Amino acid sequence: MEIQIRDLAKDYGTVPALHSVDLDVKSGELLALLGPSGSGKTTLLRSIAGLEQASRGKIFFGEEEASATPVRERGVGFVFQHYALFKHMTVAENIGFGLSVRPRAKRPPKAAIRERVLSLLDLVRLKGLEDRYPAQLSGGQRQRVALARALAVDPKVLLLDEPFGALDAKVRKELRKWLREIHEETHYTTVFVTHDQEEALELADRVVVLDKGRIEQVGTPDEVYDAPATPFVFAFIGDSSELPVTVDQGRVWLYDRAVPLGLDVVGHGPARLFVRPQHWEVGAPANGLAGVVRSVLRHGPGRRAEVELGAGVSVTVDVSDDHAVRTGDRIGLKPSRWRLFLADGQAVAPIPARRPAASGFRA
Amino acid sequence: MAQALVLGRRTSGPGVLPGFGLSIGFTLVYLSLIVLIPLGALALKAAGLGVDGLLKIAFDARVLAALKISFGVAFAAALINAIFGVLVAWVLVRYDFPGRALVDAAVDLPFALPTAVAGIALAALYAGNGWVGALLEPYGIKVAYTPLGIMVALVFVGLPFVVRTVQPLMQELDREIEEASATLGASRLQTITRVLLPPLLPAVLTGFALAFARGVGEYGSVIFIAGNMPYVSEIAPLLIVIKLEEFDYRGATGIALIMLLVSFAMLLVINLIQAWSRKRYGHV
Amino acid sequence: MAMSDTDDWRAAAATAGATGEGFAARAVLIALALGFLALFLVLPLVAVFAEAFRNGVGAWWAAFQDPDGLAAIRLTLIVTAIAVPANLVFGIAAAWAITKFRFPGKSLLITLIDLPFSVSPVVSGLVWVLLFGAQGLLGPFLKANGLQIIFAVPGLVLATIFVTFPFVARELIPLMEEQGTADEEAAMTLGASGLTTFVRVTLPNIKWGLLYGVLLCNARAMGEFGAVSVVSGHVRGLTNTMPLHVEILYNEYEFVAAFAMASLLAALALVTLVLKTFLEWRYGGHLAGGRGH
Repeated sequence: MEIQIRDLAKDYGTVPALHSVDLDVKSGELLALLGPSGSGKTTLLRSIAGLEQASRGKIFFGEEEASATPVRERGVGFVFQHYALFKHMTVAENIGFGLSVRPRAKRPPKAAIRERVLSLLDLVRLKGLEDRYPAQLSGGQRQRVALARALAVDPKVLLLDEPFGALDAKVRKELRKWLREIHEETHYTTVFVTHDQEEALELADRVVVLDKGRIEQVGTPDEVYDAPATPFVFAFIGDSSELPVTVDQGRVWLYDRAVPLGLDVVGHGPARLFVRPQHWEVGAPANGLAGVVRSVLRHGPGRRAEVELGAGVSVTVDVSDDHAVRTGDRIGLKPSRWRLFLADGQAVAPIPARRPAASGFRA
Repeated sequence: MAQALVLGRRTSGPGVLPGFGLSIGFTLVYLSLIVLIPLGALALKAAGLGVDGLLKIAFDARVLAALKISFGVAFAAALINAIFGVLVAWVLVRYDFPGRALVDAAVDLPFALPTAVAGIALAALYAGNGWVGALLEPYGIKVAYTPLGIMVALVFVGLPFVVRTVQPLMQELDREIEEASATLGASRLQTITRVLLPPLLPAVLTGFALAFARGVGEYGSVIFIAGNMPYVSEIAPLLIVIKLEEFDYRGATGIALIMLLVSFAMLLVINLIQAWSRKRYGHV
Repeated sequence: MAMSDTDDWRAAAATAGATGEGFAARAVLIALALGFLALFLVLPLVAVFAEAFRNGVGAWWAAFQDPDGLAAIRLTLIVTAIAVPANLVFGIAAAWAITKFRFPGKSLLITLIDLPFSVSPVVSGLVWVLLFGAQGLLGPFLKANGLQIIFAVPGLVLATIFVTFPFVARELIPLMEEQGTADEEAAMTLGASGLTTFVRVTLPNIKWGLLYGVLLCNARAMGEFGAVSVVSGHVRGLTNTMPLHVEILYNEYEFVAAFAMASLLAALALVTLVLKTFLEWRYGGHLAGGRGH
């Protein structure tokens, strides 16, 4: 079931939470809504579910206008951050709840509900725990029950609000892989909210990056990482350094120094230059932007240096083991890949086509 | 007590704080003088009655009638308070309306208002010529000087118990729970009856038990409105007073013991409810 | 991190209607609850003042010219002035021992402290009669020494102390439990004596909780009826407290005078409620978390 969102807006009193959002979710897709807190991602998800009444705009599930349907008739499966399991019901009663509250005419017989519950428990790998109470389960197990409960009603779309937010790091990783597997098996159209970019990039087919109630970019994980559409996306996803530069006569200037970008740039005026740590080429001071190494720290498999370029500007640079860079060294830096945004947020130059053979690309 | 002092010091850990001996000593002496010795005197007196004597007192027709009235009416009043207590707590927690804070504060009035004051006020209201009594009179409903009057008084004194035990739990009810229920297709009524209220049941039962225990022992607010007719509207605490006035200490002691035992049984029940709730739901 | 998102909708969800009741259902439930409270709480309170002023302020005022009434007020103040400080000192001592030290039998001790709350007021009076009354355990001894406790002021004080026994302690124990011992230990390591530590560190930490407990203790002490009724002997002008005097006046059909005296007690209850609400509102953070009374 595909989801179409048209001109959706939501405000709380005078505070806008969503500005005119348009979004298409493909049938069977696993889509991540990614953004910092206050970006509107949760509001968007809750509007799709019908837990939130949008101020304007429409939502369609397939051909049908879902935004006209109240939450309990909308047919969504919703998984809450803190599980929201019913404490006084067993695991089986929790999972079967959605079926058992149906009007008598549409309610499956008890035995059928039981059967569905057991097959879902099997799916979420919790066989044998049907008579436990939520208080007797671990956090990860509770979240699995919550998912099984949402799937029990055979929802049109599956919505997850920070599904792993309350779990510790190790369980998070496990459940992430497991959710991907379940998705491969069931192919429910799934939208999940996260503020964890690693989670979004690893898990989702496509990622929607939101900021201040607006969609900044929609794309595959590779697209948003390799070709961020806006300064916000560049800064938010992955590590990067930002240089306050000026574009003049086809060249890019950091104060009075030309930044060696290797090609001419169209445009004029102040701009923001973004470079990822692994996209700096390190050479002699005369060869590129000169700077002083302020610190070198271990970073995963490699090393990462803070290089001061002067005038209060410093950048983060990954250095390979071939370069014996030490604190206090003067070095020259040249960006191999970069992105430049003029003051109005427009990207004015494409990323050069050549792809560097950098390793540890997605740290 | 001396042993407690020694034990206390030994297990009081590596603390540097002084005053354990003094404070625990004073606590135990004061507790003994004010609470334990007087209650012990009652126990001693009751022991003197023997089982036969106690049974004879308990099965005296007038005593039996008074106990029946006390327990029966207290039970009914606690039931009313359980229902309306949940309603009042719900309205206070869930809805915003002008004067809500004032209403919330007013719920504690029965704790603050002296029982004798409540008693004469209720008697004046529900008497045949009172504001409420006059309204009911044409329908042949008599409240004052009947068991119904006792119930009105017990509803008054027990009112805060259920509200105050249920309210904090209701406040903590996770909004996500009812949203989950709604996304699963439950109607609002199904959400309330199957999702929101069942976890509150232990608190409601606790409040009910507290209101019931209070109602059984209540005296001041009841005697003015009850009419105090033997076998009809005479409560057990009043019968204790009457026995005392007749210098029948044995009879008074016997009734008091029965009431004490029931109070302690209620305490035990409350503790069991809470232990059960903690075990099953992970909270009280 | 995502909490502010969540908080936003929480504030709005109440009005969003996705999970709330409809307007009509709300209105009906609010009306039911308020109707119930109006009938059982407001009306009795209004009735007290209406009856007290039924014949005007003059008649109300005249009720306090009766020397027996004045004696009842004086006696209530005396009994309260003894019972409340006694339970205050006990409450602090018990809370200090229970919350600052570990010892076996602690939970039993807490249960015993709460005990008087589960005893019927009449029984709370009866136990003193059984102990000190003419036929009581110590009756003959007292009589031989010319001492009278029952049907005299000491009995009233003891019965009042019994029924108000747990108030201060049960407010302080959870509060001091929450606060732990770190502050006191810090003061001691800085060289403060035990008394200095208590006065300058502990007391400021618990003062609002203490006041709260004293407030409730005081209200109950002044208003207690059942327990003092049993031990009083109802000697006009000598052993009648205010609530007992209300009873006597009422039974003598002196309704205006009875309700005039009752109106004083009702005013005390209102002041107590106002102060209690103020303390909860203004100093809620300095009071113990969960409290029944």
